Amino acid sequence: MQTFDLGAEGLRALNSSLHALKGQTNMTAWEVINPKGAHAIAAGVDAPVDITVRGSTGYYCAGMNKQATIRIKGSAGPGVAENMMSGTVIIDGNASQYAGATGRGGLLVVKGNASSRCGVSMKGIDIVVHGSIGHMSAFMAQSGNLVVLGDAGDALGDSLYEARLFVRGSVKSLGADCIEKEMRPEHLALLADLLKRGEAEHLAKPEEFKRYGSARKLYNFNIDNASAY
Amino acid sequence: MCGIVGLFLKDPKLEPQLGALLTDMLITMTDRGPDSAGIAIYVRPEEGHAKLTVQSANAAADFKGLDADLSAAIGGPVTADVKDTHVVLDVPADKLDAARSAVTTLRPGVKVMSAGEAIEIFKEVGLPKDVAARFGVSKMSGTHGIGHTRMATESAVTTMGAHPFSTGPDQCLVHNGSLSNHNGLRRELIRKGMTFETQNDTEVAAAYVSQKLKEGEDLGTALESGLDDLDGFFTFVVGTHNGFGVVRDPIACKPAVMAETDQYVAFGSEYRALVNLPGIETARVWEPEPATVYFWER
Repeated sequence: MQTFDLGAEGLRALNSSLHALKGQTNMTAWEVINPKGAHAIAAGVDAPVDITVRGSTGYYCAGMNKQATIRIKGSAGPGVAENMMSGTVIIDGNASQYAGATGRGGLLVVKGNASSRCGVSMKGIDIVVHGSIGHMSAFMAQSGNLVVLGDAGDALGDSLYEARLFVRGSVKSLGADCIEKEMRPEHLALLADLLKRGEAEHLAKPEEFKRYGSARKLYNFNIDNASAY
Repeated sequence: MCGIVGLFLKDPKLEPQLGALLTDMLITMTDRGPDSAGIAIYVRPEEGHAKLTVQSANAAADFKGLDADLSAAIGGPVTADVKDTHVVLDVPADKLDAARSAVTTLRPGVKVMSAGEAIEIFKEVGLPKDVAARFGVSKMSGTHGIGHTRMATESAVTTMGAHPFSTGPDQCLVHNGSLSNHNGLRRELIRKGMTFETQNDTEVAAAYVSQKLKEGEDLGTALESGLDDLDGFFTFVVGTHNGFGVVRDPIACKPAVMAETDQYVAFGSEYRALVNLPGIETARVWEPEPATVYFWER
């Protein structure tokens, strides 16, 4: 276990050490102490290592993550796991705005609540939120899955493409072109797998969720709507 | 981008540390805005006393003999506590309005930063650590305070363009964001008798809240009204003689984190600003909801 005191050694030293890990490495377990809300902790990691951050983080923690498993033993600031490519990010507390934004792969788990714009423009990432999510979540989400055990705020899935949204609680309002869709057996199987990987299988059952997706009416320019643009 | 910090103490034992805690919080937010910085501190009022905080670019000349001149002008005792470019003038509470109008007649070069029984505002161009040091903020005690570090978008980087803005007795407001309908609102407020020192959008928001309070609304209702009438991006933190309020616009893209314990309510643009507060490990930490008014009064 490599223990790194962020207060003493600084962010640049941490991220340089993590970026130096390429391919296979013996240093597979890392612990970051004294994060104190610092920005960009463990951003840009590209190695199959396990990093535990003991406390709350600021902007862009685990941004662009590839391969690594990053655990935050606190809450995360704006843009956690933004543009994640692969790997896993697990937050014990809450996540601020635009968690998992533009993520292309991997799994983001938020055990508390996520704030507004969760999964905005997601492109393949899977996001499991044990609590609720804020307004404008999954705006223009293109692919991947967003699972919410609690409630969703205003304008869920506005201008959605092909991402699948599963919400167990209430949805305050649906965004433009986002509609409730039928839950088919393949979706229940998908959800069961996501709940398991998202450490939530003891908290909810797939049958308790509703599925939301794109009505696909905004995909192409429609001349009849020209006056609205 | 701007940085906001705020601290509303519930436990009087923390009052001697207010300035130190707030200064530390504000310095942490320096990289959110290095243009100018300001702090409003609410000091426990003394019965029968009120304070004017005034600023001058030519402090040595303007502040010389100001206490005696002001005392003669209002016919009551005045004491002056000079702090760098600012001076806090202690005047009889019933002569505060007279002192406020007399001071700019006596010294046309000075600007009134704040007036009231509890509030003192210090603000200048420069980094939070330098501004706080110039005014000795970390040694101040008080019941609540608000700090701001500015990255200017809407108007010039000047002392008067720095936050907090105070447009009514014991009132102040700081802002992260930008308003789009401030010119129209300023004209309406001028018609209602408000006066303005700058072209700044935030000053309009401050005057808007002051006008609503003057019309008899309480702080919570005034902020609710602001959600309907102010257009743009905002996270506001507002202070009154006994209150502390927070409101974010419905889109809420300007960050805000709050923490509450038995001892205090704290606000930070980022969690980083709160990490050195006593008992933060066990505090209730949350993000204020969009278009939702929060306020605390003692």
